[in-house]
Amino acid sequence: MALAYTPGLKVKASTTIRAARKLPIPGEVLVKDGDRVDFDTVVARTSVPGGVEIVKLVHLLGIDPEQVGMYIKKKVGDNVKKDEVIAEKKGFFGMFGSVAKSPTAGVIQQISELTGQVTIAEPPVPLEVKAYIPGRIEKVMPNEGVIVRTEGALVQGIFGIGGETHGKIEFVVSSSDEMLTADKIREDHVGKIVVGGSLVRYDALKKAASVGVKGVVVGGIEDKDLSDFLGYEIGVAITGHENVGLTLIVTEGFGTMQMSDRAFSLLKRLEGKEAAINGATQIRAGVIRPEITVPEPGLERNVRAEGGSEVPQKGMEPGMAVRIIREPDFGKIGKIVSLPVNLQVVDTESPVRVLKVELEDGRTVVVPRADVEIIEE
Amino acid sequence: MTDVGNQAPSLDPEKINVILATDCGSTTSKARFFKKLNNEYRFVSSGEAPTTVEAPYEDVTLGVRNAVREVEELTGHKLLSDEGIILPSQGNTGTDLYVTTSSAGGGLQMMVAGVVKAMTGESAERAALGAGAIVMDVIAVNDGRRLHEKIEMMRHLRPDMILVAGGTDGGDVEHVVQTAEVIRTAEPKARLGIGYRLPIVYAGNNRARKQVEEILGSKFALTVVDNLRPTLEVENSEPAREAIHELFMEHVMSHAPGYNRLMEWTPIPIMPTPAAEGRMFRTLAERRKINVIGVGLGGATTNVYSVYDGRFVRTVSANLGMSYSICNVLHSAGLQNITRWLPFEVDEVNIRNVLRNKMIRPTTIPRTIDELVIEHAVAREALRLGFMHHKFLARGLRGVRIQRTIADIFDQRAFTETYIDMMYIRMIAGTGGLLSHAPRRAQTALALIDGFLPEGVTKLAQDSVFMMPHLGVMSTVHPAAALEIFEKDCLVRIGTCIAARGTVAEGADAFKLRASMPDGSLVERSLKFGEMDRIMLEEGKTASIEIEPAKELDVGGGPGGKLTTEVEGGVVGVILDARGRPLTMPQDDRERRRRLLQWFSVLDAYPKAAIERFGQGLDSPVRVDEPGRRS
Repeated sequence: MALAYTPGLKVKASTTIRAARKLPIPGEVLVKDGDRVDFDTVVARTSVPGGVEIVKLVHLLGIDPEQVGMYIKKKVGDNVKKDEVIAEKKGFFGMFGSVAKSPTAGVIQQISELTGQVTIAEPPVPLEVKAYIPGRIEKVMPNEGVIVRTEGALVQGIFGIGGETHGKIEFVVSSSDEMLTADKIREDHVGKIVVGGSLVRYDALKKAASVGVKGVVVGGIEDKDLSDFLGYEIGVAITGHENVGLTLIVTEGFGTMQMSDRAFSLLKRLEGKEAAINGATQIRAGVIRPEITVPEPGLERNVRAEGGSEVPQKGMEPGMAVRIIREPDFGKIGKIVSLPVNLQVVDTESPVRVLKVELEDGRTVVVPRADVEIIEE
Repeated sequence: MTDVGNQAPSLDPEKINVILATDCGSTTSKARFFKKLNNEYRFVSSGEAPTTVEAPYEDVTLGVRNAVREVEELTGHKLLSDEGIILPSQGNTGTDLYVTTSSAGGGLQMMVAGVVKAMTGESAERAALGAGAIVMDVIAVNDGRRLHEKIEMMRHLRPDMILVAGGTDGGDVEHVVQTAEVIRTAEPKARLGIGYRLPIVYAGNNRARKQVEEILGSKFALTVVDNLRPTLEVENSEPAREAIHELFMEHVMSHAPGYNRLMEWTPIPIMPTPAAEGRMFRTLAERRKINVIGVGLGGATTNVYSVYDGRFVRTVSANLGMSYSICNVLHSAGLQNITRWLPFEVDEVNIRNVLRNKMIRPTTIPRTIDELVIEHAVAREALRLGFMHHKFLARGLRGVRIQRTIADIFDQRAFTETYIDMMYIRMIAGTGGLLSHAPRRAQTALALIDGFLPEGVTKLAQDSVFMMPHLGVMSTVHPAAALEIFEKDCLVRIGTCIAARGTVAEGADAFKLRASMPDGSLVERSLKFGEMDRIMLEEGKTASIEIEPAKELDVGGGPGGKLTTEVEGGVVGVILDARGRPLTMPQDDRERRRRLLQWFSVLDAYPKAAIERFGQGLDSPVRVDEPGRRS
């Protein structure tokens, strides 16, 4: 048995889906255990500190820091309006005086006699967290957020951009190896999540964004097209905050890559249904992958109350289905024949831990264990 | 100076016969297993598994268990129980010592603040880097940002810890107090653990301590230590470094998923990987009394270490790495700088896609020579960029008044440049997955040479199977075992590089070399500018050499000066590099490819069949030579 393996991307027709909906800083949770929520239900809110302006009284009034108390007209906690005088130094006979005005509306946060500065905090900015998927509140984390649970289908992509949104799934290709070209995007795709096949090009993405498509799901994309669409090159794969008019989910990788049959056929069965999608990707040891969720809250099963995340615990075993995730043979599916314990030398001359895989085309290949992912049944 | 502030408990070395060490890397958790055999400590076996610090696992010990289980499978020695690691050893069960390092979950991420960016800001950055941290940002009064911009940035970053420096002892307090006020206003939150107080280390002007405590004490977990720049002429980073290490364990590690359990498995403090790695490079330099550059090329970061005339500097370049960060190397270096190292016709679209696919599936490894060569091209650039970052911090203290002497006038380096002169570096050593696991040692040699561009006579070495961090943390409790394993099983002597500084016309005579070999034979070589060559000289053997460079070139004896010296051999041998410094590649693409293949060929860096395939279609095909062909 070997536990050094890459868990596969989830492609599940029916599963329990839990979405942790957390505030970045403590705040107020607006729902309670068992509440039913929809895509756009606000489940928690807080306010993040507003902007800050600093007024340097020493420069404006020509005074020493320790003299601030003599000239300040406000105290900590006072509200101030924009351009309101907050400190004043009177001159002789009303001449040569100087004033310091507030550059913004807000609250006096700090008056420092060490630096001669006054800090004015602008009003806090409200921040809301929505449910994202329809379902029931399974758990409330006081002041922090909730876990929403639902039943439905889940398809994970390998990489995405853009944040959370939802819309109806609509196919614009008839096979998983067909390209999603600009001419396939129509005006009536506004608000939809369109599904393509092996590749989406820059012009198709531009058109989708201009039409008002909510999301694009496709097998592959050229790196250059992605950079052109974003207007910059992604350095480290932490995405989800891009503001490019739509959410993009790539299921296989970079280049022309036929969408896996499992993902393509499942999405096809879900065509016309409302899906929640999120392009957020964070590639680290444990990863955040982009996802397409099609909730069917009416189908809720009696899931054990303790819940918990789905942590794959099983390692690789002969007979298991795997998918090769590096060239050559990228995307090919097969069954594990054996897992030799000792290191074996592969074509690069590297001695690595390998497995033997019998592919669907009948060939048996030796592949580094690092280059396959388990297909979760 | 020591690397670890929190003292490891003392153990009786006589009772330690079995040692298990792990490193929880950003990509992979690596277990290394050592035993006392015939009265000497030796490396026995290794196991690796994906790191599990983040979702969906969120428990670092799962990855550690998986890696250790591989060791169990390979050795038949049982190490794991339901509770953790079995301590102590009895026969084929358990270990007497378990130690671990960690850079998982992004390592230790810090923000630092100083008053003047190039003075206390830079000193604070060096101190944080020296403690093994990744520096996310440096705040200074003169950093060019407005106060509200700094506040927004601080709120956005969410560091693990902040180091505040500023001012010399007894000096003006205004600016450092202003920095404290800005931090209080921003009220940045810690990356891990919602609602817990962010640790701040204050190591600035001692006269401002009271005010800083008043401003920051109630909202943050504040630790006050001695000023890291007590006077302009002195940098005292050790107290700050020690405080960072203690806070790393107490605050950061204890909030990372699974680390509480991992800490229960061992009484030895968990060390940040760069701190442990640096400890071994430093030991190497100090024991041999030479200037050394070390590098740890990881999946997420590139850590560079230098020991130069007794000064130790460590830098961690976040986002320069070979898996998660591979596309940031592409972004920072530019595609052309990567493709210049490729010996085949370049399809830019394909190269970009290959790198992106590595980024999104970071644990995969190349199955084809072409993809291996592409990764090695990226490695050269990651090393080059990491070293540039390092040199920026390996320089003299800013703000010190210096009386320039007549000798300084002839020193061509600007005062602001690094003090590292490659001509005086005696060894370059590398560790990390790509360098340690390169199928041929010549590939590591080329990556180190092209990444660092050594000059004169420089030894090359590498970590055999990536165990330097393990030995670094082991050395805090059992230095003798760590050093024994380091010399016998860890350090692979690749060989010696002899490289000329300066340039002459392409194809002109570069240098002539005569080597008196250990068997009494005489080997002579004559290199044209732009060529590489090598002389086979086994590990452990030495040869006396005499080099005569062209008058424009310097191999250590001054421009045109003859050099007579002893060189050590290694698994690759003595590498002769007549490509000049700075190194420039031919503008013509076919000539560039032909030249690369010549270098690969003489060093036997890649399989002959691959070199021949890469050379197909070139006007003058590259002759694939036998290694050491003219010896």
